[in-house]
Order: sequence, then structure tokens, then C-alpha cells
Amino acid sequence: MMTLFGHPLNTASHWTFFVSILPLIFKGLIITVEATILGFLVALGLGLIFALLRRVPVRAVSWPTVFVIEFVRDTPLLVQLYFLYFVLPVYGVRMPAFITGLLALGIQYSAYTSEVYRAGLDAVDRGQWEASKALNLSTVRTYRDVVIPQAIPRVIPAMGNYLVSMIKDTPVLSAVTVLEMLSMAQMIGDRVFRYFVPLTTVGLFFLIVTLFASALVRFLERVLPKQGIPLK
Amino acid sequence: MSEPIVRFEKVVKKFGDLVVLRDFDFEVYPGEKVVLMGPSGSGKSTGLRILMTLEDIQGGVVYIDSEPLWHERKGDKLVPAHERHLRKMRNKVGMVFQHFNLFPNMTVLRNITEAPVHVLGVSKQEARERAEGLLELVGLLDKKDAMPAQLSGGQKQRVAIARAMAMRPRVLMFDEPTSALDPEMVGGVLQVMKDLADEHDLTMIVVTHEMGFARDVADRVCFFDGGQIVEEGDPEQIFTAPKTERCRQFLRSVLKEQEEEVEEGGETTH
Repeated sequence: MMTLFGHPLNTASHWTFFVSILPLIFKGLIITVEATILGFLVALGLGLIFALLRRVPVRAVSWPTVFVIEFVRDTPLLVQLYFLYFVLPVYGVRMPAFITGLLALGIQYSAYTSEVYRAGLDAVDRGQWEASKALNLSTVRTYRDVVIPQAIPRVIPAMGNYLVSMIKDTPVLSAVTVLEMLSMAQMIGDRVFRYFVPLTTVGLFFLIVTLFASALVRFLERVLPKQGIPLK
Repeated sequence: MSEPIVRFEKVVKKFGDLVVLRDFDFEVYPGEKVVLMGPSGSGKSTGLRILMTLEDIQGGVVYIDSEPLWHERKGDKLVPAHERHLRKMRNKVGMVFQHFNLFPNMTVLRNITEAPVHVLGVSKQEARERAEGLLELVGLLDKKDAMPAQLSGGQKQRVAIARAMAMRPRVLMFDEPTSALDPEMVGGVLQVMKDLADEHDLTMIVVTHEMGFARDVADRVCFFDGGQIVEEGDPEQIFTAPKTERCRQFLRSVLKEQEEEVEEGGETTH
């Protein structure tokens, strides 16, 4: 019987094949989920930084920020990923493939999330800014305690869409040798020249993960108070 | 009389081509209670907003405590002020807004303690005690842990007054504080403002059309039209014997409006 990473691949029937590859696909699933979670955290953090830098009333700051956002948003993820993976090491920046992959995902999506944050920040009532000014709150304090907490509940639905979208983009990481779900399925298929079961399984797992992510977002939408993250 | 605490000197304010204040002169003395009246667009709210640094000016000088607000002295010349100067000056004035502008993500107590703690550097404990004192003054101590969304309009405005007072401003401004309220809420807010007016040291500048309040509280009523004060005097004189036709007309229309409200016993008109 054929094996992959020491796991036997039982191709006697679709069903036995499916059961025998589950442990392998599961390993890939963990990589996929890890890359998504970490990549999305990068996207959320970096996107907020971009959104805030863009609002700095100094053109020397806001214009380069806009340029970076546009550049990242308008070039393909795969190009960025190759750049980080193949070009940076030439200049001495070496990172494991997994780290490179989640950074590429995070950076690409930070360009999208920064636009979501921008809309969320713009939607905060002008009266909130005026009250903050009348109370002499500093700009940093105004963002931290007043504006950002009120913007967050508004950005959740759009962020949820990007989370799902990012999950579906993780197979790109296979291009730089990260063994996520799809590349695992492909390796299994290449080994025994049967692709139907592994690819179907991967599709099913993606469906489960994205449905779970959507449910999580809807839950957050429901529990977060509409008027903002409460400060006691 | 002592030096004015607020002085506008030939102030010009434009929005694009629209001139809102033209060579506007205006003085308020420490402890004075001044009511500003006039048709909408006459510049009274803009005057307040300039003083709160929410709007800049295109000409003239504004002084608070004899110190220029929008300018800094450089030798004997005045140059446009930096944010640092504005921050220093802003602590002398406070403002209550038409639409309250409470922070909806903070409890009532946090709304009031936020700025004293983070701007004035007061300890949390002290800020909380003082906030509770102010809430007692406006009759809402039992709401200290409520969120603003749980309050009525009148209660929100009373919290907003407490929040402004917590910064211990020398000048407290009210920009149409009752015009967004249901009629049955107006009385409570005006009562709180009257109580504040008993504080001898507090200077109050109030944009309102509440003539009863002006009569009871104001030392002086200023009638605005077309970006200037066209008539001013003590409330008795302005309300019973206005000198200008424009002011007479305006008072007639306000009186009529307020009578209609009483008859309807409901809807406010803005």
C-alpha cells in the first residue's frame, strides 16, 4: 500500500480512501486555520495603522500611506508572496515559508481592512469629535476612548466578509511550499493518481471553516453593543 | 468694571463666500450671564463655536482673559496659534451642545470623569467623587452607571452639563441646549442652568430662545442679526421695549411659536 509521510493511503474504495487521508488533511487544516488567524490579526492591526496614518493632517504622512495602500491593493497576492519569499532573502531577510505566507496574506488584506476602518471612522458622528475637543481630549485619547470604540461595531460585518475571503485565499501559500490543506490534497493525489476524494474533502473542510467563521462574525455582531465597545 | 473675560475684536468669520460674522465686537465680563438671541444663521452659535475653538476665524482677534485665543504673541506681533496654545486656552471654556454629544460607549460616570482624569490629571478617585457631586446637583446620581442610550433627552442634557462643569471652566457656553428636547423635558434642564447661574463666579453665555429663562437669569440679552449684535440690554428692556424693528419682529415670532407649543402641548419646533 502507498504511504505519504508514513500514513497508509487505502484506495480500496472512496470511503476507505477518505478515512485514510483524514489525518493528513487535518494537518493541512491546522496550517490553514493558523495562517488565517495570524494573517487576519496582521490585517486588522496593520489596517488600523494605515487608516489612522491616512488621517494624519500632514501630507508627508497621509500621501505615502495612500500610495502604499493602493499599491498593495492593486497588485496580486501571488506577486507579493513571491516577492517576500524570493526577493527579500536576496537582501538578507529570511523567514520561514509559513511566516512569509501569513505576512503576505496580512499585508494584502490590511489594504482592504484599512478602507473598512476608514468608512467606520468617518461614520462616527461629528458631534463626538466636537465634544472631545470641547473637553480638550488629546487626539490620541479621542481615537482611543471615543472614536475607535464606536467605529468597531460598525466595521464587523465588512471585516467578516474579508475574513471569509482570506480563508479562501490561503491555498496561495502552497506556492511557497507551505503544506496547507490544498497542497496536502495535491500531494496525496499525486501519490496515488486519484484526485476526486482528496479535493472533495478539502472543499468540504473549507466550507466548514468558512461557515464557522461566518457564524462567529454574526455572533460578534449580535453581542457587541451598537453604540460602541463600552468603557466603564 | 474689571477686564472682560471674553472679548471679540473686529472678528470676521466666513464659510467660503458666506460672511457669518463681520467686524464682530462683543465683550463678556467675569460672572456675567449673557443670553444671545436672533434668527438662525445670524452668527450667535458661530460665535460660541469660535470661542470653543471648533471654528477658526478669518480676521480680528478673540481674547479670553486678555490673552489671544487664536493667536500667540511673538514679540509685539500676533501670529496664528499652534495646537499647544489652543489646548491651554480651551481649558478655560466649556460647552453644552444642542444634541448633547454624550459618549454613547461610556457610562454616565465615565462621560464625566474622562476629561478630568485624562486632561487635567485628576486622580480617578477624586474625579469620581466630584462627578457624583455634580450628578447630585443635576439630580441624576442614581443614573451614574447607566449608559446614555438609557436616558431621556432631558437627562442626557443634564449629564452633558455635569460633564462640562467637571472641567471647571471659567466660561460655560450653551448652544441651544433645550431646542432638541421634548417640551416636557425643557423645564428640568432650564432649572439646572438656573441653579448654575447662582454660582457667582461662573460666566455663562447661552444661545436660547427661552425668554422666561433669559428674564430670570440673564444680566444682558444680545440680539443678533446678519452677523452683528444689533441690540443689547437687560432682558426687561429688550423684551418690553425693543428699540429696533428687527428685534420686535423676531420677538413676536418667537412668542407666537412658544404660544403655539403650549396650545399643542406637544411637538417642539426648531
